Amino acid sequence: MLRNLVRFHNCLGHAFSPPTVCPRGQMFKLLSVNSKSYSIITERKKFYEDVSISHGEGGMFEINLDRRKLKTPGGKLFTAPNEALAIAVANEWDTQKDMLKFYSMHMTTLCNTALDNPTFRSKDQMITAALKYLETDTICYRVEEPPSLVELQNNEWDPVLNWIEDRYNVVIGSSTSILGPEIPQATMDTFRQHLGSYNFWSLTGLEYVITQLKSVVLAFALIDKHITVEQAVLLSRLEEEFQIGHWGNVEWAHDVDLYELRSRTAAGALFVHFSSESSTVKRKLMQD
Amino acid sequence: MASLSSPLRLCRGILREIRAIKGPEYKQSLAYNYVLDQFRKNQITGERYCRAQEEALHASHSYLCLLTSTRQHIALYDMYHGKGQRDTEEMAGIVGLRLPTQPGGKGWEK
Repeated sequence: MLRNLVRFHNCLGHAFSPPTVCPRGQMFKLLSVNSKSYSIITERKKFYEDVSISHGEGGMFEINLDRRKLKTPGGKLFTAPNEALAIAVANEWDTQKDMLKFYSMHMTTLCNTALDNPTFRSKDQMITAALKYLETDTICYRVEEPPSLVELQNNEWDPVLNWIEDRYNVVIGSSTSILGPEIPQATMDTFRQHLGSYNFWSLTGLEYVITQLKSVVLAFALIDKHITVEQAVLLSRLEEEFQIGHWGNVEWAHDVDLYELRSRTAAGALFVHFSSESSTVKRKLMQD
Repeated sequence: MASLSSPLRLCRGILREIRAIKGPEYKQSLAYNYVLDQFRKNQITGERYCRAQEEALHASHSYLCLLTSTRQHIALYDMYHGKGQRDTEEMAGIVGLRLPTQPGGKGWEK
């Protein structure tokens, strides 16, 4: 029995499980399966001084750490489709001090997922997975008591629900039953069509935001710039905030959770914004 | 729900974050120049309601949120997160023991 204990110990060894190796981050879940390779490492020493970006072929941008080019975990060359995204990623690498904290580099992680596609998903699969969250959308699940929470939910969640029903011309509704609301097929089709209009990169980001917020409605409200990141996170954690207001805040759990959720959602929202925008500058002459 | 801050507030906020990250030479960083550039470019518009400006504002608000929350998360993580377990050798060494060695392997190992 002692032998087994020692063997178990050696397996655990360096792989302490940080809060990120839990179903919130798809990337990390996959990595933790291959315990042989580098992947369980969450920190390593910083091995570069300067970070810069450069133009690659096809108008893509590459990140340079000192003289070497950044690569994805899958071995491909890291390329960003536009400058804004490249600068965001470069800034993440620049932010690191003596130890590289991979769990804080959300933009990089998102880019890596989009570039490598390690689970070989197609757009349709991602759309189906994203829409699955609609059936159990946070906003649609209401409680019946305590009355102050019911009121809070109605005041905070109803406006967003109304907004999305107007904007997309769909019917969602909320429910207090354990099964959740009945989403009509027309609604699903409308959303499916809308999601289909995003490119693969934006869809990666969008699905990430939906997974983090546990709500399709909130994700859409955020991506359509109807609410800010902080508001989206607050609405997603509404009941938790209610309980915190009642029972008190625990810094090492609630705050950590809050900031992590905020940073992941913000990264996701930015990622979608950068991946789906195209900007042009039109100069108009002033008429005297 | 237009509770976004003014562009000036956002710009200052982002630059403050960049300064907190980089230290004294923050003005030479990529992000600094790019952010300032973007804010300047989007300033002037002839239309009363400019959707692109709203979008840029939302994006910069998101970026500020990203920078602040990452910094706060790392601070809390460093403060509260467990450091993990020590190596078995180290652990044995703490109580003055050594791990047994068996040069021929233990028979049940591959």
